[in-house]
Amino acid sequence: MSRQRDDYENSRWRKFRSWIDGEVDPLASGIMIQPPKAPIEKRIEKPKTENPVTLQSESIQDKDREWNQTPEEKKDPEGRGIRWFCRFYQVMSVFLCLSIIFVLLWTIAYLPAFGNAGNPDNNEVSARYIEQGLKETGAVNIVTGMILDYRAFDTFGESCVLFIASCCVLVLLRIDAADGKGSFRDTKNRAKKTKGDPENNIMAEPEAVRTVIARKRLEEADDRLYEPKNDVILQKCACVLVPLIFVFGIYIVLNGHLSPGGGFSGGAVLGSGLIFYLNAFGFKKTEAFFTEKIYRRLTLCALTFYCMAKSYSFFTGANHLKSGIPLGTPGAILSSGLILPLNICVGLVVACTMYAFYALFRKGGM
Amino acid sequence: MKVFEIVLLLSLVVCAVSVAFTKDLLTSIVIFMSYSLIMCVIWVLLQSPDLAITEAAVGAGVTSILFFVTLKKIRAIRREDGHEQAER
Repeated sequence: MSRQRDDYENSRWRKFRSWIDGEVDPLASGIMIQPPKAPIEKRIEKPKTENPVTLQSESIQDKDREWNQTPEEKKDPEGRGIRWFCRFYQVMSVFLCLSIIFVLLWTIAYLPAFGNAGNPDNNEVSARYIEQGLKETGAVNIVTGMILDYRAFDTFGESCVLFIASCCVLVLLRIDAADGKGSFRDTKNRAKKTKGDPENNIMAEPEAVRTVIARKRLEEADDRLYEPKNDVILQKCACVLVPLIFVFGIYIVLNGHLSPGGGFSGGAVLGSGLIFYLNAFGFKKTEAFFTEKIYRRLTLCALTFYCMAKSYSFFTGANHLKSGIPLGTPGAILSSGLILPLNICVGLVVACTMYAFYALFRKGGM
Repeated sequence: MKVFEIVLLLSLVVCAVSVAFTKDLLTSIVIFMSYSLIMCVIWVLLQSPDLAITEAAVGAGVTSILFFVTLKKIRAIRREDGHEQAER
């Protein structure tokens, strides 16, 4: 045991671990980075003359070129080897793409024909859904009847996936209050406090440079600095379109059991309407009716209600369809039992998630 | 109708290939949007309007908006930044 422990520092696992943790720079030992010399520039300019670049894509192409430059900048004695590797890489990538295309087409050739009556998906399950669906669920739209009644527990999982996805985006993109609103003062205060700290490298920079950096970081993080934009064309368009989009989204959600659509698509329409409104009028006006608190409450309530309403079917073998609510006459808006409230729940979750994605991408908070 | 379907499928392939071959990221996102729109029409032709609505709202709408915001965040769209600086 003790021997193993002695070897641990040199073991492969330990090296891998330190590489993961970023303690070792894998390029540090092998490749030397030197400033580019004159002949390299010629070689780089050559492709530029061959295929002329349009003005629009110049910035991206510049970045591209910088990126491509690096292997040549390294300029080790094996420059030819790297070039050979690049060519080999291109050939292999084309080969890989072609082989994947071939495999996929080969697979498709074995699929049964579209709309064939003898296909394996034409079994007793779909027959039952089509024949008994209206009677058992009361939903005119068979798809919604399937999604929110026969397979409601699956849909619960899907809306939970959406919620978890927005949580992950929140974890990744959230900006702390210290870095966000009061960033200027905070960074200054922190600077004064840590001034005596010799270990802090940032302190070596002069105060002015650091405030400029802090402001740049703030601008990057928080798009609200550019607001309100007050784009007249956008605002007039929003005035006309946003109510229509909202009404259409609500219609899709509420009519999910009668016409095509349902919670997910209606929620997506509602969410994109919210995003449009936010773009036109800025965060200040949107926060008048949609804040993080409301987002949290809506999502929690919708998910909890869905869970309460449908998880019992999971415990009863997923075979218990009756909810106690009368199904009503098919075709009426108040019919088909639990489907309508469940549609509203899914729609709320989806709309909130779409808006949350956008808000988190834009400013790192709700 | 058959011809219409073939035209749609062909343009789908053209869109998919040109997304990969466009140098400008902004252009490729716009082409991706049009891809979703064509896909939406194809869903309607395949008699699944539910999917068509979702495709139009999510594929053509929200996803591409998120792509645009990401492009702005990683500073692949430069022009708007210059415009804003000129305004101030």
